[in-house]
This record gives sequence, structure tokens and C-alpha cells, in this order.
Amino acid sequence: MPRSRLPLILLFLLPVIGLAVLVYYLVAALDPARDPNRVATVMIDQPVPSFALPPLDGERPGLANTDLDGVVLINFFASWCIPCRVEHPLLTELAKSGVVIHGIAYKDKPEDARAWLNELGNPYTRIGADSNGRVAIDFGVYGVPETYVVDRQGRIRFRQVGPFDPTTIEETLKPLLRELRQ
Amino acid sequence: MIPELGHFALVLAFVVALAQSSLPMLGAARGDRRLMAVAGPAALAQLLLLAVSFGALTYAFVVSDFSVALVVAHSHSAKPLLYKISGVWANHEGSLLLWVNMLALFGAAVALFGSNLPPALKARVLAVQGMIAVGFHAFMLFTSNPFLRVFPVPADGNDLNPILQDPGLAFHPPMLYLGYVGFSMAFSFAVAALIEGKVDAAWARWVRPWTLAAWVTLTLGIGLGARWAYYELGWGGWWFWDPVENASLMPWLAGTALLHSAIVVEKRDTLKSWTILLAILTFGLSLLGTFLVRSGVLTSVHTFASDPARGLFILGLFAAAVGGSLTLYAVRAPALKGGGLFQPISREGALLLNNLLLATACATVFIGTLYPLFLDGIGGATVSVGPPYYNTTFMPLLAALVFVTGIGPMLAWKRGDLAAVLSRLTLAGVGAVAAALVAWRLETQGPILAVAGIGFAFWLLLATLIDLAGRFGLGRGRPAEIWRRAVGLPRSAWGGALAHAGLAVALLGMVGTTLWAAENIRVMRPGETTTLGGYDYRFDGTEQVSGPNYSSDFGRFTVSRGGAVVAVLTPEKRFYPVQGTPTTEAAIKTTAAADLYVVLGDPDGQGGWTVRVFHRPLAMWLWLGFVMMSAGGAVSLSDRRLRVGAPARRGLAAVAARPA
Repeated sequence: MPRSRLPLILLFLLPVIGLAVLVYYLVAALDPARDPNRVATVMIDQPVPSFALPPLDGERPGLANTDLDGVVLINFFASWCIPCRVEHPLLTELAKSGVVIHGIAYKDKPEDARAWLNELGNPYTRIGADSNGRVAIDFGVYGVPETYVVDRQGRIRFRQVGPFDPTTIEETLKPLLRELRQ
Repeated sequence: MIPELGHFALVLAFVVALAQSSLPMLGAARGDRRLMAVAGPAALAQLLLLAVSFGALTYAFVVSDFSVALVVAHSHSAKPLLYKISGVWANHEGSLLLWVNMLALFGAAVALFGSNLPPALKARVLAVQGMIAVGFHAFMLFTSNPFLRVFPVPADGNDLNPILQDPGLAFHPPMLYLGYVGFSMAFSFAVAALIEGKVDAAWARWVRPWTLAAWVTLTLGIGLGARWAYYELGWGGWWFWDPVENASLMPWLAGTALLHSAIVVEKRDTLKSWTILLAILTFGLSLLGTFLVRSGVLTSVHTFASDPARGLFILGLFAAAVGGSLTLYAVRAPALKGGGLFQPISREGALLLNNLLLATACATVFIGTLYPLFLDGIGGATVSVGPPYYNTTFMPLLAALVFVTGIGPMLAWKRGDLAAVLSRLTLAGVGAVAAALVAWRLETQGPILAVAGIGFAFWLLLATLIDLAGRFGLGRGRPAEIWRRAVGLPRSAWGGALAHAGLAVALLGMVGTTLWAAENIRVMRPGETTTLGGYDYRFDGTEQVSGPNYSSDFGRFTVSRGGAVVAVLTPEKRFYPVQGTPTTEAAIKTTAAADLYVVLGDPDGQGGWTVRVFHRPLAMWLWLGFVMMSAGGAVSLSDRRLRVGAPARRGLAAVAARPA
């Protein structure tokens, strides 16, 4: 074909090419592992926000960012949260294996949280009571349960939205903790 | 039994669609008249079968047959009859059945009224319609069957989401689908023309009525949706730039461009590539919208289904339909021979500019809607795109469009005299500036954009009136002559003027409700008064009322201005026990100047109620504008020149001879 026709054909092919690109990204978006409602956290590699929360009662200590020492987990929970119940045994196991977990009771009455912990057991080293949810906002929490992994330098390295499951613990959490402890 | 009949009818329709999509196409390629003749009866048979199927599903809903899973999920015995019926299409599966019914309706219309079409073109058009039908029937039968049964049969259903139990919303999907499916007709014509390798004035004349009909219903559908959002959702707004709202706006923008581009093909035999591409893109955008709503890739209040498997199927349909047609376009379009040449300053030039502006506007909405998805796909940050983006990109394009629409219709074909047109429009310019000054005087606190918007709207309104008056020579000759000329003016001229004026009026409403809006949120106790926009709202307390399937707190507000009572507004807070969801029914008092809008929120447990009062200036004109645009399109559609089927062939020759 004459050379002058070539750019014309390319021009007319542009819509098809554009469509192909679009379809590619739409197929990628259909990946079942992708949840459009999930908001990615911007806190990864950011320092833990500074906070100082009162304790649930006079006996146990409260929780502040200055209390964080070494590689720890911060778990947001509530007595009114059903998935928190589901993940509780997994947290207890983690605590038994030597992982330090701090708890933050999110928008919960202290007496309800205490009753909940008395019933299910307490895997937390320290617990803060975030009754009005302000600290949760600083973390970017939008639901419970959520768990944050904090490294030795006080930076957030991982966030788990929703309850833990054994697979995530074995395949993601434990290797990360091993890596951070080195 | 009846649901099974409906299911069987759907399967039969699928088989008929298979025949309709293949045999006539083969016949057209070979010139075999008998194979081509399969198209008409097949289209009619499809309509009949799908009507039976839809009737069966409707019957199941109306008699509350809870052995059908769909009825259980979306209906309830205590629901009012209108919503039992609208519940048929207020869900994923049922709405698909409505969709294919519309498709069959248009196909049958071409089969019945398209006797003037050349047999080969008609066969190809119906074949492409058949292909689309095959895709959607397969989608339903294999992934989204409306007739699935459930055992054991539950005692009652889950009820329809209460916010959908509303007359406006009952008709929103049918109108929208008429629009989307109507554009499938333009698509079919475009693909058929590409296969034939011929796009001419006759083709454009056949395409225009279908495109216009689709455009009218889509405009109404979008208007109904916006109106519903305004009075039902209680946030005082009517457009959120939600991805699914955008999914309906994009085909509308492309469809508007198509409508106007087809005029140029018909009158001047040029802009053919543009028109074919627009026809493909408009329907492609409808399909994309269908995909976005039903696949779960985007979060939205509108999303129907969120099933990746279904999403993949629709994506396949979309890719096949649009990919196939765009490839055909790439191969065939370069060979389309253009006809008339024209100067840049001419009506063709203005319509080309119109195409460009609308296509760019469509592209900005497209980018805004899909950008978060794209960014997520390449592993970038999560962003959300909202009003700030659209205000910066879409509004200037809209302003440019409104400006050009005032001038374009007055330019002559082939070579226009811009200076002469602008001098005729001096009055419009003066009027626009005057209106803007008045607006500024009345609302000195408002943004300057609002004043500019009012100016643009009046520019278009006055320009349209000047153009119309010029066409029947207002001011020349005796009143009787003027009257005769006015009545003799083709309906498409009246329709076009009405539609353009409607755009101007709607723009007034858009400016008023968004840029001059005011809001007041407070906790009020009975007896307290609050003020907004010059009106006093006195809260007179609430009472408990019961409806057919809900209980309600009925609030009473006395609205007065300067001491005189203007209205008594009764917002409600309803609770639907079956679904366990509350809804708010806003109370709106409409005046020409503004809407007074009151919403009752939650009680604070101590005798007070959260009350939101909105002041929305010029709201009424927005809805009037929508109606005017649709009415303009309908008037244009009734023009005899567009109805190719009637009059008889003798009349057809006369139509061709009439001056453009």
C-alpha cells in the first residue's frame, strides 16, 4: 500500500488498541482477590501515630506509643464485634508463642471489654481504651478487627483488615515477624 | 409451572436468536432472498417468546410465588402492587430480561416498519441485533437465570429495598434500557453499513429515528434517576459523579454527538467515519456501563451484582461486540468516500466542533470513572475521583458547548457567515450579559462561576429563540403570514429549538442548585424555628403513622417568609420492618425561585430531632429543562420526514426533493 496510507490505517486502529488496553485492566480488576471496598493503608512504612490511651481498669496498664518496644502487634478489637471473637483463639496462640500483642478496645465501654476478655481470655500485654475512636482515626482504621505490625523503629510494616485466618498467619505474618526480628 | 414456561420461552428465544444472527447474514452475503427473509419473522418470534418469558416472571412476582428464588429475594406479600411489578426489574436477573425484551422490541419494530429498507441492509441489521441477543440470552441462561426455584418454599420474601419502592424509580430502569438498547439499533446499522461498505444519506435517514428515540428515553431515564436521588435520598443533591451515574452519562454524550453527526451525513454526505465510530462507541459505552454495574469492579450505591464470574462473561460480550466492530471499522472505514467539502466556518464545521466537544467531555468522564481502576491495576495508590475533577474538566467543555450551540444552528451549510450570525445574535449577547449582571446583583455572595453560568444559559436560550424567530420570519409580513410560516416549519426545527432551549433551562437549574445552594443542619425541638435563605422553618412536632409495609414518624414544619405562611412541609422517617431498613422521605416545596427542602433525621432521645434544611435555588428549572430536552426530541421524532415507513414510496421521493 502507498506509504501515505499507513498512518491513516494506524489512526483507525487506535480505538481497537485502546479497547485492548481497557479490557486488559478490566480483566485485572475482576481478580476475585481484589476487593473494591478495601481501602489500602497509607500508613505502611510510616511511624506509628503518637497516642496515649487510658487503661480499661485501674489494675492493668494503659497503652501509649512510647510503650511499644521491639516487634509488636497492635490489635483493634471490641466486645460488640463478632469477627473479633472468631480471631481471638488465633491471637491467644500467637501470644503463647511469644509474640507481643497490644490491644486497643475500639468504641467499647470498659466494663463490656473487661467482661469480654474475662470470658475469652486476655492475649494482650497492654490494653488501651479508645472509647471515642480518635486513635483509630489516626491509624486509619475503618472497621474492627484490624491488626498492625510495628517494627523496632516504631514503623508500621503491615496491616491486616478483618480477622486473621490461619493461612495469613502462617504464610504472611510469621515470616514477616521473623524478618523484622533479625 | 408458569416459571418453567417462562424459562422454556427464554431458551427458545435463545435458539431463535442464534438463527436470526446467522442465517440472514449468510443470505445477505450470498444475495439469497429466502435466507434474508428469515430475519423479520425471527425478530418477531423473539419478541413474542421474550414477552411470554417476561410475562411469566411478572406473574410470579404479582402473585408472590415464593418458590421462585428471585421473588423471595426481592419481593414481599405486603408490598404494594406497583412495586411488585417494578420489583421484576429492580434486580440483576430481572433487569436483564427487561433488557432483552427491549432489544427484541426494537428488532421487531425494524422488522415491521422497515419495509423501505433495502433487504440486504435490513437482514444484516437484524442479524447484528440477533448476535447481541445471543450474547445476552447466553448470559442469562448460563449465569443469571431469573427462573431458578427454591425449596422449601419460604413463607414470605425479603422485600424490595425500601428506597426503591418509589414511582419515579419504578420507571427509571425501563427508560434507561430503552435508551441503551435503542443505541444498539444505531450500532447494528453501523456494523451492517461497514459490512456492506456503504454509508450514504439514505442510511443516515434510517438511523436517525432510532437514535433519536433512544436519546429521548435515555434523557428521561437519567432525569428520572436524578430526580429520584434528589427527593428520595435526602442529601439535597441530584448528581454525585458516581461511576454508575457516569456509565449512563457517557452513552448520552456520545449519543448526542451521534444524533447531530448523522444529520451531517444525511444532509451533506460527509463526517461518515465520525458517525459510524460514534454509533459503535455509544453502544459500546452502554455495554461498558452494563459491565460496571454488574461485575463488582467498582464500589457504588448502584451496583447490582458483584460476581466476578458474571463480570467476566459480560466483559467477554463487551470485548467481542466492541472489539469486533472496531476492528471492522479499522478495516473498512478508511475506504468510506466522503462527499461534500465544507469550510471550517459552516454548519458542518460547527457540528464537527460539536462532535469534538462532546467526545472530549465523554472522554473526561470516562477517564474520571476508570482512573481509580487503572491506577489500582498498575499498582499505584488508591485514589477516588469526585466533583473537583469533573468541575475542572467537564464544566469548561459544557460552557464551550453551550456557547457554540447558540451559534451553530444559524450557520449556513458549506460556507457560513460568522460575522452576520454574530450580528444577529447581538441581542442574545446583550441579554446574556444583562442576565449575568442581574444574577450578580441578586446573589453577590455567590461564586463568579454561577454568574457566568447564568450568562451562558441566557445566551443559549436567547440565541435559540432568535434562530427560531428568524426561521419563520418574525417581524416580516402580516401576522397571518408569520403564523402560516411558523406552522409550516418542519417539526424537527421546533424540536431542535425546544431541545436546545431545554439545555439552557437545565443549565440554569444546574447552576442554581449547585453553586447557590445553602444548608442548615440542627437538632430541633418542637416549637423551635430555624432560618435559611430568607425563610423561617418552625418545627411543629412529629406523630406516628403506619403505611402498608412500613411505620413512620411524620414531622410537620410550618414555613413562612416575612411572617406569612408559605407552606406546611411533612418530612418522614420511615422504617420498613421486613428489610429492617429506615428511609427518609424528604419534604420539598417548589417555587420558581427555589426549592425549600426539609429532611427529618434521627431523634436524639431527648425530644429533639436532627433536622436538615436545604435551600436549592432554581431547582424546578433543572427538571423542566430535562422535560424540554426530551420533549424536543419527541417533537423532532414526530416529523414526517423522519418516519421513513410512511408515507408511501411516492411520498419518499417528495421527501428527497424537499430542500435541506
